[in-house]
This record gives sequence, structure tokens and C-alpha cells, in this order.
Amino acid sequence: MQKLGDFKLPHFFNYPPYFTLQPVRETREKQIQLWKELILDYCRTQKIFVIRLEEEFPLFSNSVIERTLSHEAREAFLSALVAEGRAEWLDKGRRNCLILWHRIQEWADIIVNFVKDNGFEDSVMTVEEIRSGIESRGTELQGIDRTILVRALKLLEHKGKLAIFKGTSTDDEGVKFSV
Amino acid sequence: MVKYSREPDNPTKWSYLSMLQNLEQKKSFLISRKKYPKLIAAGMSNFFSKAEVTSSGRPVLLHNEVECHLLSAVDLEPEDHRHFSLLKSGLLILTTHRLIWLPSSSASTPTSASAIPLAAISHIFSSKKSLKSVFHSPRIRFQVLVSSDGRVFDPSSGSGSSSGSGSRSVVVTAVIRGKGDCDGFLVKFWDSWRARAWETTKTSSSGSGSASGSGAATGIGGGLYSSDGSVRMVGVAGILRKEQEMWESTDKSLQDAFQDLNALMSKAKEMVMLAEKMRQKLLSGTSSQTSGTNDEDMGSKEEMQDWLLSVGIISPVTKESAGALYHQQLSRQLADFVRIPLESAGGMINLIDAYCLFNRARGTELISPDDMLQACSLWEKFDVPVMLRKFDSGVMVIQNKSHSDEEVFARIKSLVTKPEALRTGISPTDAAMTLGIAPAMAKEHLLTAESKGLLCRDISPDGFRFYINLFPEIDPCNMYFVKDYGICSTWIKAVSTTGIGERSSTFR
Repeated sequence: MQKLGDFKLPHFFNYPPYFTLQPVRETREKQIQLWKELILDYCRTQKIFVIRLEEEFPLFSNSVIERTLSHEAREAFLSALVAEGRAEWLDKGRRNCLILWHRIQEWADIIVNFVKDNGFEDSVMTVEEIRSGIESRGTELQGIDRTILVRALKLLEHKGKLAIFKGTSTDDEGVKFSV
Repeated sequence: MVKYSREPDNPTKWSYLSMLQNLEQKKSFLISRKKYPKLIAAGMSNFFSKAEVTSSGRPVLLHNEVECHLLSAVDLEPEDHRHFSLLKSGLLILTTHRLIWLPSSSASTPTSASAIPLAAISHIFSSKKSLKSVFHSPRIRFQVLVSSDGRVFDPSSGSGSSSGSGSRSVVVTAVIRGKGDCDGFLVKFWDSWRARAWETTKTSSSGSGSASGSGAATGIGGGLYSSDGSVRMVGVAGILRKEQEMWESTDKSLQDAFQDLNALMSKAKEMVMLAEKMRQKLLSGTSSQTSGTNDEDMGSKEEMQDWLLSVGIISPVTKESAGALYHQQLSRQLADFVRIPLESAGGMINLIDAYCLFNRARGTELISPDDMLQACSLWEKFDVPVMLRKFDSGVMVIQNKSHSDEEVFARIKSLVTKPEALRTGISPTDAAMTLGIAPAMAKEHLLTAESKGLLCRDISPDGFRFYINLFPEIDPCNMYFVKDYGICSTWIKAVSTTGIGERSSTFR
């Protein structure tokens, strides 16, 4: 089985038509579905949060069969993810895409569990600490993309589970939990 | 009833009276028709001779028979109503040998095609322009010999004596209700009837019979001169004399042909025969040489053969002879012609190729691409075994109705599941070679197969290739699972033999 880093690739990764955007509607729908799943799986295991279309992305080329996804094909698959709510375009030009292999709501739940597990119910933390603090090591929150984290926190603030405030220094924002 | 004060032998008056008389007769005729339909049906089929028709509705022509003119919506009425034969609203075709009547496709009563041999016609009446003729449809009247059993005299089926069996004659009227050129038809009718083309075939066949008889030295009559007055060919001198006469007549016919264009048209048939003779000589020439077969000769011989094969149509349908029905008849002729190329091309042929072949076969009266297109689109209205098909890419082909897409797909599927094809896919050229069709056709088939979900395309710097479609078998929720005997596992096996699947790549 072929690997990309330590990621195990499915058998159809070596099927040349997989890398050509299919014109026939039914075939294309199936192809899109498979690519969506593959992208999400890969990003989840490799902790990739953003895909930049203009840069090389290892999943989009296969040197064994010498095929690469065209720009049009990449845009098509990512747009399908966006339509499903599993991704978002970061800019109008559709060059950068934020991958939500966990939805924002799921991230919010993870944060709540993290707070409960570590007894932070009434304490205060900076956003950066949530991301890279000692407590978050080994959890899913480690290395989480800042944009996503802030979005999840905002969602929780909206629900009244915490409050975001500007920190004393201009650097970072702080969070007061009231879970 | 208004009484005329004119002379009794004034044609106008007589025609008026006779018209009334005719009306009376027709009334009683129609009434009797209603009363005895079965008798009428029997009578109809028994009066005129049957004419054979191809599957597209075109008449099967006799040897040497050529079409001359065509009229639509013609009724044939024999004036002797005891026969009850009334053929209504059909297509009347004049040929060098016969008058053929074809029923129109919308005929309510099932009548079959009929024919009157020109040999059975004893007199053609000239059209009289009377007051009557201004008001109703033009008519052509002619007299037909009738044999004793009540049928039109058919000289080809008779015992051979020309005047014996025709005991009486019946006047037949052809009423032309369509918009055809009646006068032109009449002129051609006279010409064809006087030309007596059917007799020349008779004499040529009987002439060859007597020649073979004398060759076997068991001549019927004795002496140098045979029964019909020509010089008998006996011995070496006879053979030489025969050769000499043949060359002289060929020379003379060539001279005649090229003097007058009209004469050329009638000699055209002889020209074709000459070409045929030359081909025979070529054939016999090369086969007699045992060791010294010239490659050049063989090549040119085959060329001549192909060329002569493609010149297959003797009586082209022209705008002149068919008038308003041009496209209809052309469309039927095209359907007949295109059957053979279709078979040799595997059931499907490009419209452009068909156009070239058809025009080449016609020889002189070429058709325009527009005519071709119109003729093909008329096929939908008739019951012909071919159809015009337009692909998504705009390519138009003529296809056998019986030729099925299913069969082609089965062949493509078996081609694309071979191990080599599983690894590298197939290109339109590969498919063309395996299926035995043109590459453009092959590409159309592959695209159609793709749209049905049988194949997937692969576009790369290597080109445009097609693979068997594996996607249906893959489950997005269980991507790594491969069914044991499905197409995916076959593909994996084929691919892994070259070691493609075994290599791993690291990217980070």
C-alpha cells in the first residue's frame, strides 16, 4: 500500500482517471466524494488546517503514475467541501482554504471537555495557552489553527460559556471560562 | 338536363354526354364496389401484373431497365369495369420496359405494387384538348392487350409468340391528380414505347442462344445463313469474321456516341458494357500467365474491379425524372445503396464518407450535400432499416437500425478489461484497430461509453485515454476495502505485476 509520509493511501490513488476531473455527472459525483473524504482524512491525521491552492500540496500529485490535479479540479473538490460545511474559503480569490475536519461546534465541545478535564471552570487563560500550553499537549487542541480556535471561542462566548477580553499587553486575548 | 343546340358530332357535346354517361357508370361501379369488396380485391390483384419492390419501397428493376419519368397521385382506371381494378393515388414510374404503379404509404386498402409491360400496350391515345380537360385532372389513355384469363398480357411469361394470346384490348386511363409534368411524361411514354427496349434484350439473348447452338455444330437449320437472316459463324473464318464485326461495331458505336450527346446517353449503357469487357480481358490476361504475374497489372486490375463495383447504379434518380418527389425517391435509393458500405464498415459509416461513395456511384447526376442531408432526414418518415444519428460532438453518421450500442459496449468492455488496458488504458486508435472501425467513430463510441458510466477518461501529457470505470465499486465510507472478485481487485492485480503499487513515496 502506498504511503504519503505515514499516511496510508487507498488503492485508487494510483488510478489515473482519479486525477482527471470527470465530465460525466454520476462519475464526477463519486469522484468528488472520494476526494472529499481523502482530503479530510489526510488533514486530520497530519493536522493540516489550511490548504493553499497555489502551493504544492502532496496529496494532489502522484509521482508514481505521474499525474497531478489541475487547478480547476482542486477548486472543484475544495468547493465541494465548502458546500458541505467542512471547509471555508479564506479569501475571495479562492486561493486559501480553511479545512474544518472538525466542525466549529465540535471544536467548541472539545474545548469545553478540555476545560472540564483540567478543572479550568472559573479560571482565565490566554488563547495562546490553550493552543500550546502544557495542558493541551497530547490533546487535539495542540497546535490548533488560531483562526479556528478564535471562532470556536466566539461560539462559546455567544452561548455564555466564557468571555473573551483584551489582554493587558497588546499581544494576546484572554478567556475567562464560566462553564 | 341542358340540351346543346350544336352539331351532334361536335366533340364538346359528345364529351359532355359521355361525361354524364361516365358518371352513371361510375355510380353503379362504386355501388357494386361496396357490395362486393372481396371480389374487388381479388379482381384488383388479378388484372395487372405484380411488381417486385425492395424493402425501402423502390421497385426492383429488370436487367437493362432504366427509369425515365415519375408522376405522383395517379389513378389507374381500366375502362372495362367488370374487372373492378381501380388503383388509386399512387406513384406512376415510367421505365424503358414497364409502367410501374406503387401504392402511396397512406393507402387505406392494402394494394401491392403493379406493373404494365410496355410490350402489352398496343396504342397510346394522344391527349385531346377539350373544354373538359380544362376543368379536371389530365388524363393519359392507352390501350392494353388482355389475355383470355382476364389479366394484362405479360409477354415475358408467355410462350413466346407475340400476337397469339392477346385476344382483346382494354383502354386504361391514368388520371394524374398530382402536380406532375403530364405532357413531358406523355412524350417520354411515346419514346419509351417506340424504342421497344425489351425487344433488344430478347434478341440479344436469343442471338447468343443460336450462336452457341451453331458452335456445337448441331444447327437447327442448314446452310451458311441462319433462320433470322444473319451470316452463320462457322469455323476459324467464322471466328475471325465475328471478331472483325465486333470491332467494327464497337468502332461505329464509339463514333456515334461521341457525335451527339443524346445519342451518348443511350449509348452509355454500351460504354459500361465495353468497360466490363475490358475488365474481363484484364482478368483473363493475368490468370493465363502462370509465372510472370505482373504486380502492376494485378494492382490496376484490382483498381478496375473496385472502380467498377462502385459504379453500381444504373438509373439515378434525378430532379428531372422525379420532380417534386425528388427527395423522397432519392432518400429511398440512398437507403438501398448504403446497405453494402454499412456492412463492410461494421454497421456505422460517417455521413461524409457515405456522400462521397454515393456520388461516385451515381457518376453523372451528382447530388449536393444539402440534398444528402434532406434525404437522410426523410428516413424517419419511411420504414427503412437505416437511420441518421448525430453525436454530441456534432459528428453525423449513418447507422443500421439493427446495429446496437449494447454490442459495441460489450466489445469495448472486453477490450478495456485486458491486463494491458487495465494498466495503461486505451486510446481511440487502439479501440479503432480492435473494433475494426474508423478512429473518429471509435472515439464517438468511447465517449458514449463514458457517458453511460462504463469508462473514465484520463487526460495527461501522454494524451487522451480511457480506463474501465472503478468508481462505482468504491464505497466512500469504507475507502480502503476492496471486494474480492470485483473489478477493483482485478485492476490491482494487473497493476501490481509491474510493481507500480508496491513503491512507496515519502514527502515530508
